[in-house]
Amino acid sequence: MDWSHSLRLVAPEELLSVSGLVLLLGSAWAKGKRDARAITWLAVLTLAIAAALVVKPLWSGLSGEAANAFDGLYSGDAFAAFAKLLIYAAAGASLLVAPVFFEKARSMRPEYPVLVLFAVAGMGMMVSATDMLTLYVGLELNSLAAYVLAAFLRNDQCSAEAGLKYFVLGALASGILLFGMSLTYGFTGTTSFTGIAAALSGEISTGALFGLVFVLAGLAFKISAAPFHMWTPDVYEGAPTPVTMFFASAPKVAALALTIRVALVAFGTQIAAWQQIVIVVSLMSIVIGALGAIGQSNLKRLLAYSSINNVGFLLIGLAAATRAGVEGMLVYLAIYVAMTVGGFVALLMLKDRDGNQVEQIDQIAGLSRERKVLALCFAMVMFSLAGIPPLFGFWGKFVVFQAAVAAGLLPLAVIGIAASVIGAFYYLKVVKVMYFDEPAGVVVGKSDWIHHALLLIAALFISPLGYLLTKCLGTLAALAAGTLTPGA
Amino acid sequence: MIGIGHYVTVSTILFVLGVLGIFLNRKNVIIILMAIELILLAVNINLVAFSSYLGDLTGQVFAMFVLTVAAGEAAVGLAILVIYFRDRGTIAVDDVHNLKG
Repeated sequence: MDWSHSLRLVAPEELLSVSGLVLLLGSAWAKGKRDARAITWLAVLTLAIAAALVVKPLWSGLSGEAANAFDGLYSGDAFAAFAKLLIYAAAGASLLVAPVFFEKARSMRPEYPVLVLFAVAGMGMMVSATDMLTLYVGLELNSLAAYVLAAFLRNDQCSAEAGLKYFVLGALASGILLFGMSLTYGFTGTTSFTGIAAALSGEISTGALFGLVFVLAGLAFKISAAPFHMWTPDVYEGAPTPVTMFFASAPKVAALALTIRVALVAFGTQIAAWQQIVIVVSLMSIVIGALGAIGQSNLKRLLAYSSINNVGFLLIGLAAATRAGVEGMLVYLAIYVAMTVGGFVALLMLKDRDGNQVEQIDQIAGLSRERKVLALCFAMVMFSLAGIPPLFGFWGKFVVFQAAVAAGLLPLAVIGIAASVIGAFYYLKVVKVMYFDEPAGVVVGKSDWIHHALLLIAALFISPLGYLLTKCLGTLAALAAGTLTPGA
Repeated sequence: MIGIGHYVTVSTILFVLGVLGIFLNRKNVIIILMAIELILLAVNINLVAFSSYLGDLTGQVFAMFVLTVAAGEAAVGLAILVIYFRDRGTIAVDDVHNLKG
């Protein structure tokens, strides 16, 4: 394997890190908000170019030896390319909404787009990792940038506290993951995913089993699956809203794609050992996500529980451990990103007379009478998150459940569907408050065109029109999933 | 004779101490940072011991990466702690409760 081939495969990460460094240098001379905006737009442009770079490997279904870079440390295959497209789209959206938010808080600094670029480079490495070492470095590159982003509003107590909590629990998760990786290395003698799979092809030793459990626990922290979800509501509430939007979308895609690859490639010869863990984690996430959201009065906390709930549904696809399950997860992830972006953009558009953000549920009472389009889009996001049929969110749940039933996990699917009915309660409550309560008259602030455009795109995607995309999305997901599970 | 089992036992004890240090400590956030370092160093003992036992260099290379990342992590953690302290005037763990519900 020659160097130029490897370097070509990692082109998106090279582009992101180099442009991140150049923009960081540029931000040292940046003055005022015009420069900060310019750097934000340059970062969005970088993400667009990076997205263009990954289209080809995705479309050609690149896989196997041709996708391996640096002696199997990194794989630029179609699966990674699919995840990267979603990550770039989500990161781009959270860059576009940032300037208005941070200018209001008087802390629009050019470091925000730079940190996002570094986090995205880390996520690219995570989804492409085919070795524990690449996985760890990518994960930390993402996490270290994310800790700083959570604490980005330096003068806001909640933001600093969110940063601190995210840091402590994120570092603990990394430690657990790392301990698991060290045990796996010790008992298999290698850190490469295929090597681990080969070494574990027989009876699994106790040490390797411990390693597997620790690795999965560490990853469950990162995707905020129950029982390791406790940091999520606090961090999502405390972090600045554009950052919360970023956390809820891009790193979730990256960590879930990573989990899929670790489970199906590295531990792919020991499916029975992790399947039960994934089933339990997924059920707990669905139930805790649905029940925890009921008493919430803050919309950001509500969306945090909703993301825990959605991770549970996504993990149902992994529990199936089949190609159809992975395909379903990828389709669901694409829809999930659109719903999350739509939900948070709508949240960012809720402003009071002075332009301050509105986050409490009772403050958006009667929104439908003042801001018809906004209320309609927000209601669509809520219905879609609840998985109610005419909207596209239903399709994501449907394909995942279908895969679970096909894999013989009927009880899991039944409990999942029952819990999604509980979940529908709080989604519908938001809709009820917006449409049927007496207007609170709080949300009167204006929003700019970027927010309107993003909300419109997300709303179109999750509207019934989204079903026109099922074929295209399905084909791409099949190409991506095919690289991981060629036989199944 | 000290074998691989002894090393793994020591590193597991250190790891558990680190995790307990995060959860049982009610005093000071700095102690949490120390506990995180302890966890990462426990992992390093594991990696180096396995590397020597297996006669394979990967574990030692991995340990170098972990050391580097741990340094970055400590820097970011302390920076966040400083801005937290500037706003709040305290770093006691019991006072970290603005966000809950």
